[in-house]
Amino acid sequence: MLNQHLTATTIALFIGGAVWAQDQSIIVQSTTSTANSGLYDHLLPIFQAETGIQVNVVAVGTGQAIKNAENCDGDVLLVHAKASEEKFVADGFGTKRTDLMYNDFVVVGPAADPAGVAGMNDVQGALAKIADGGALFASRGDDSGTHKKEMALWADSGVDPSAASGGWYRETGSGMGATLNAGIGMGAYVMTDRATWISFANKQDYQIAVQGDEDMFNQYGVIPVNPARCPSVNVDAAQTFADWLVSDEGQDAIAGYKVADQQLFFPNAPDS
Amino acid sequence: MSDAMTMTGVAGAADTQSSPILPLSVRDVVLRFGDVTVLDGVSLDLGTSGCTVVMGPNGSGKSLLLKLLHGLIQPSEGQLLWGRHSATEVTARQALVFQKPVLLRRSVAANIDFVLNARGKARARRDALLDHVGLAHKADQPARLLSGGEAQRLALARALATDPEVLFLDEPTASLDPASVLAIERIVSDARGRGVRIIFVTHDMGQARRMADDVVFLHRGRVAEHSTAAEFFPKPSCAAAREYLNGGIVV
Amino acid sequence: MQSIWEALSLAVALVLSGDADLLEIVLLSLRVSLTATAIACLIGLPIGALVAIGRFRGRSAVLIVMNALMGLPPVVVGLLVYLHLSRSGPLGFLGLLYTPTAMIIAQTILIAPIVAALSRQVLEDLHAEYAEQFRSLCLTRLQTVQALLWDARYSLLTVGLAGFGRAVAEVGAVIIVGGNIDHLTRVMTTAIALETSKGDLALALALGIILLVIALGVNAAVQSVRMTAARQAYV
Repeated sequence: MLNQHLTATTIALFIGGAVWAQDQSIIVQSTTSTANSGLYDHLLPIFQAETGIQVNVVAVGTGQAIKNAENCDGDVLLVHAKASEEKFVADGFGTKRTDLMYNDFVVVGPAADPAGVAGMNDVQGALAKIADGGALFASRGDDSGTHKKEMALWADSGVDPSAASGGWYRETGSGMGATLNAGIGMGAYVMTDRATWISFANKQDYQIAVQGDEDMFNQYGVIPVNPARCPSVNVDAAQTFADWLVSDEGQDAIAGYKVADQQLFFPNAPDS
Repeated sequence: MSDAMTMTGVAGAADTQSSPILPLSVRDVVLRFGDVTVLDGVSLDLGTSGCTVVMGPNGSGKSLLLKLLHGLIQPSEGQLLWGRHSATEVTARQALVFQKPVLLRRSVAANIDFVLNARGKARARRDALLDHVGLAHKADQPARLLSGGEAQRLALARALATDPEVLFLDEPTASLDPASVLAIERIVSDARGRGVRIIFVTHDMGQARRMADDVVFLHRGRVAEHSTAAEFFPKPSCAAAREYLNGGIVV
Repeated sequence: MQSIWEALSLAVALVLSGDADLLEIVLLSLRVSLTATAIACLIGLPIGALVAIGRFRGRSAVLIVMNALMGLPPVVVGLLVYLHLSRSGPLGFLGLLYTPTAMIIAQTILIAPIVAALSRQVLEDLHAEYAEQFRSLCLTRLQTVQALLWDARYSLLTVGLAGFGRAVAEVGAVIIVGGNIDHLTRVMTTAIALETSKGDLALALALGIILLVIALGVNAAVQSVRMTAARQAYV
């Protein structure tokens, strides 16, 4: 008897690390911008205090986050690439997409402003000017939400930057932070979401060069993963989290997150 | 059929454990490494008891002959029989003490324990063995920090721990001081007195005279002479042996 | 240069503050990498020993493969483990992805070949010294392997250390299978990657300095054991 008990205990200890994913915890597959900006550090303690649900955030690029969620390796998807998100739901991986909040993209550049775009608010015009002058531009190049947005803006501006890839157009294939570090290192312009930029610590002499264009609007959505497709999903907790984010309380919490006295995200969930 | 095979196998195994491995008969054994012939037709008969000293100049093949007899290497040609057994069948019933003892990276006592364990023998014998070779007071010390003479005595104790019926010694006292030489000879003589068959390679003439019941003289890969100690030392019959004894051999 | 000094003072301040989050990350790093090293030794040492004393067909091919596997890219290992442990993968039902266990698995796969290949070399050298004596003693293969493993124990500690060093320093595998989840799977290297991506280079470097100091401590501990052993001629 004792032996059996000991064996059971040993096994339980051994796989103890494996079964943490109990009812009261979920995995959020998230874009890096929300995680790196510190938003979750602000939101999750409030949510956990109310519901007792532990939220574990895996922060990767939007492309990888969607892929991971399609592999059922998450309970909630929180990214910013509307077309891909709608496809994710249409393909049956998610139950429902809800607009959650937005921030906006900005183009940052060195104080010397080699392309002469500082102060512009026409993003397509600014991009065309950068391309014409052959000023360095560092792109994520990683199929992330930010990258997809950037590519759409290039298309609107009539420039095909991929022709200059390796020349003035540098694709880092990395996350937002790594791309900022690389771009700042080489004196290149970089398009980034404002939230990441405000909380980014290695700005050196970089400033926001282009901002304010409505086309640089950056919409985030939240999608619970579909239990019909992924039986392992923690349905109730995932739905609770998604519901809380779009509730008045969650929206207020998002609006209340500030870095250096600046609000980073602007809640815009539809009234339920 | 399989029953018959099994029966034969079991009988054979039991046979190997009990049937006598002496006398030794070596017939026309040749050992070659590539084009080099090291032993060139060795024939030798050794009786059931006593101490045989193997002598001969460097390169005459003494060490290789010991390894061949012990079953560590295979002859290229010829026949070698211990009683009714090939050399490899009886390796476990023999022990070999090398010129440079190979001691485990453990304590003195653990070196003996290792062999007793490996052979399934009683651990309790360890203290008696260490006492026998005068190393009881060093039991807990690292084996590889022993002096040359102590290390060789430990190697001897380890060899004796296997209860060998034949004990090979390959120049065990080369480069040892006189007291260590005598200590080792005493242990070997003691084993001989208890019926262990000793086959002893040495260059030390005094040692050969003290230890030998018979002498095998190897020269150029052959047995040049095999005679009793009483015959060999006063008047070796072979010219090479005479020159060797006088220190004038040309290899 | 300035940021290096800043990082150094930050590292000292972090350690002195006894920050609970930092302690958690350090302990998880050690737990994951030490466990992976122990399991990798359980797998790698017997393989290294068998190849060291074995004479079989295809042995040189096995050696080439073993040595090549030492250079396994962590990201590739991470991806392979991810694909197996993912909910949609063959082992998804275990629910191991994004757990320390998954990180241990990935690091074990990463360093077991290192342990096997390096121990093979160590044990083969030792076997060259012992082989004839062991054959004279008529040891079985198992007894030979056991004796070699025990007598090479202090050299094998260094082999284990090489494996540990690689495990504790890699980021590519653990960030994929662990997910760098705060308070759950965040270790030193993934924390460094995160702070770098946030542009907080000084904090990233400070964490790197702490990692280096831990690695130094582990190495120094093993080295002192080795020196004690060397004084007894056990190495």
